[in-house]
Amino acid sequence: MELKQNQLAQQNLARKRGAYWNRNLWLTALLLTVWFVVTFVAGWFARELNEITFIGPLGFYMGAQGALIIYVAIIWFYAHYMNKMDEDFGAHEGEGE
Amino acid sequence: MAGPIQAQFATSLKKYYSFYTGGFIAFVVVAGVLEQLGVSNKALGYLFFFATILLYAGIGFMSKTADVAEYYVAGRRVPALFNGMAAGADWMSAASFIGLAGTLYLSGYDGLAFVMGWTGGYCLVALFLAPYLRKFGQFTIPDFLGARYGGNIPRTIGVFAAVLCSFTYVIAQIYGVGIITARFTGLEFGVGVFVGLAGILVCSFLGGMKAVTWTQVAQYIILIFAYMIPVVWLSVKHTGNPVPQISAYTTALPKVSALEKEFNDKTTPKGAAEESVRAIFHERATAAEDRLKGLDAGGAAYLVDEKKKLQARVSELKVASADVRAIDAAERAVRHFPIDPAVARAAWINDREAATARAGPVKAHAEPFPVSGNTPEEVDKARGIAKKNFLALILCLMVGTAALPHILMRYYTTPSVKEARTSVTWSLFFIFLLYFTAPALAILVKFEVYSHLVGSSFTDLPAWVSNWAAVDKTLMNIADINKDGIVQLAEIVIGGDLIVLATPEIAGLPYVISGLVAAGGLAAALSTADGLLLTIANALSHDVYYKMIDPAAPTTRRLVVSKALLLVVALLAAYVTSLKPGDILALVGAAFSLAASAFFPALVLGIFWKRANQLGAILGMAAGLLVCIYYMVVTYPLFGINAPKWWDINPISAGIFGIPVGFIGVIIGSLLSPAPGREVEELVDHVRYPNQAGGARAMGASGT
Repeated sequence: MELKQNQLAQQNLARKRGAYWNRNLWLTALLLTVWFVVTFVAGWFARELNEITFIGPLGFYMGAQGALIIYVAIIWFYAHYMNKMDEDFGAHEGEGE
Repeated sequence: MAGPIQAQFATSLKKYYSFYTGGFIAFVVVAGVLEQLGVSNKALGYLFFFATILLYAGIGFMSKTADVAEYYVAGRRVPALFNGMAAGADWMSAASFIGLAGTLYLSGYDGLAFVMGWTGGYCLVALFLAPYLRKFGQFTIPDFLGARYGGNIPRTIGVFAAVLCSFTYVIAQIYGVGIITARFTGLEFGVGVFVGLAGILVCSFLGGMKAVTWTQVAQYIILIFAYMIPVVWLSVKHTGNPVPQISAYTTALPKVSALEKEFNDKTTPKGAAEESVRAIFHERATAAEDRLKGLDAGGAAYLVDEKKKLQARVSELKVASADVRAIDAAERAVRHFPIDPAVARAAWINDREAATARAGPVKAHAEPFPVSGNTPEEVDKARGIAKKNFLALILCLMVGTAALPHILMRYYTTPSVKEARTSVTWSLFFIFLLYFTAPALAILVKFEVYSHLVGSSFTDLPAWVSNWAAVDKTLMNIADINKDGIVQLAEIVIGGDLIVLATPEIAGLPYVISGLVAAGGLAAALSTADGLLLTIANALSHDVYYKMIDPAAPTTRRLVVSKALLLVVALLAAYVTSLKPGDILALVGAAFSLAASAFFPALVLGIFWKRANQLGAILGMAAGLLVCIYYMVVTYPLFGINAPKWWDINPISAGIFGIPVGFIGVIIGSLLSPAPGREVEELVDHVRYPNQAGGARAMGASGT
């Protein structure tokens, strides 16, 4: 289908795609950082975190529940944000797919 | 697949499964009434076992299909919510359902590696793989490797790795099916394996992915009910709070921690009683140690001498006409005395380890990396190793999650990229429900054991304790070591699987709930086995037969080949399982590390790095897999080589070496050879941008 479009439209498409992909990469990197912190940083300092009490000892609570809740939130946010971004960029799948 | 039809389909699915759930609850109620009318526990066990297997077979029969897309990817019209439930059941195996809470009970904080590893991996699935694989939209994971990297070699390595890790994992599942069947119906382990297998086969054989999907949704509903009901009840009983995930931390954990301190404090009455038991174990450990030393010094002659001494003791007792039981015990000691030096050594090392373990203080449940050592330096070193292994295991389990083909395959079955993303959210949510309950269950059971069982009298043990001690000594072993008539914590040995299996009885629920728990465990094991067997059969039939051997094969023949392979693989897996190979946790761990090392680097770089090419994929996958296998073979005690560990990493986390080697392999191989062609670039664009058509089709792969 792209073959029929003129050059200008193609350049426009390429630019739009670049922006779409960049935003996707940034979001992925951001969420991956959150994932890393709640898993590995919190795991490394679990003994220290246990000094703090949040529902239970925080280090233990993070491993048993806190990290899990954040994982669900990460995935929910990614799906929500990307699905919305697809529409903003007109990148959602057409009926013909 | 137009929108309105899909929406209507989702609505009717919700209706069906609501009816189904209602029907299932009614079934449990009827079974409860039957129990009150005096139907025996064994009959109830059979009822749950056969009713659920028949149900799964029935769904399989109703979903029978001869359409390729339906057989391989359920027609790509599974709504996000239902795909999430199916992925949940697919994911949660016998190890999660029955083993997890037990692991947490036994190892406290350190067991949380499994909780985090088996949930956090979905972040990687969501961010790196699911939407892109859905956009790619073919049938198997090796399909993607084949299309992205070209040629048959990456696909072949993919097939090999998929079969290797799925087969390792499926054996653990079928093993679980056998154990549950044997326990709740009294059938023999081997018979149980094959009956359970028949249920799996009817389902996947007739309807492939379509049947497996709808059965897995049904299985998820059963397993989550079965897990939640006893825990909620236990929570209400102990804390008056119906939310175990809160009450366990606010009410039960502080009490457990206080009791742990008391048990370890010799000045309290409970602590002193514990200490007297530990002292006996300490003596036993020393005795075993002395014997080992004697054996080292005297060899076979020492054994002969020792045996003579024991025989002399028997005669002595007989002359003194001591009580019959003492004579019996002494005679037994003579009979069981090992005369072969190798056997003696193994037995005494075993004795020493077991006694040493029970001679130590109680480990604090909430304390991360509890280690012991004689000097602060030793403690620091041991703690460093524990910490490192904890984090390494989490990473391997997470990356493995995002690389196991039977999980990734599930995201081929949604109607769109959008639904694939939403579906990962639902998947993790449904998995999360069980995983954030398991640590709470472990704490609640620990609370019961520490506060009620410890300190009770041996003449008046709680019913659940004597029942399980009579059924299986490996699950519940309790003996009055210091002969004071009172139960001490050090006198109890609990097998991990007991926690989930015995919870209904601990909570004082009727037997019908135990039957429900067994049905839940069976559902967890069967659903995972279903998904795995299908993955293996599809990799062989689709990737090997259709893509490499006979691309012109007509649809009917492709399905016949697939079904025949399914049968062969299933029988082979059941046969291997009936030989009862080693440790289940080791098998599961191996599957994750293998998948992580073989697939993850090549899949992720294939999407995120356009420059990655065929040579890179071949090099990365082969090197990652080989390093992982090599490390396991040289360090798992099972293989008997026992080479020194690299940086003290345990063999279960072999992926920690395989994953980076895989990434480096892909990068080096790609940079050494020319950049891939324009078609590959188009394929990557196709995968990255949800609205771009072409790509896979431009590559000459068959459309959907």
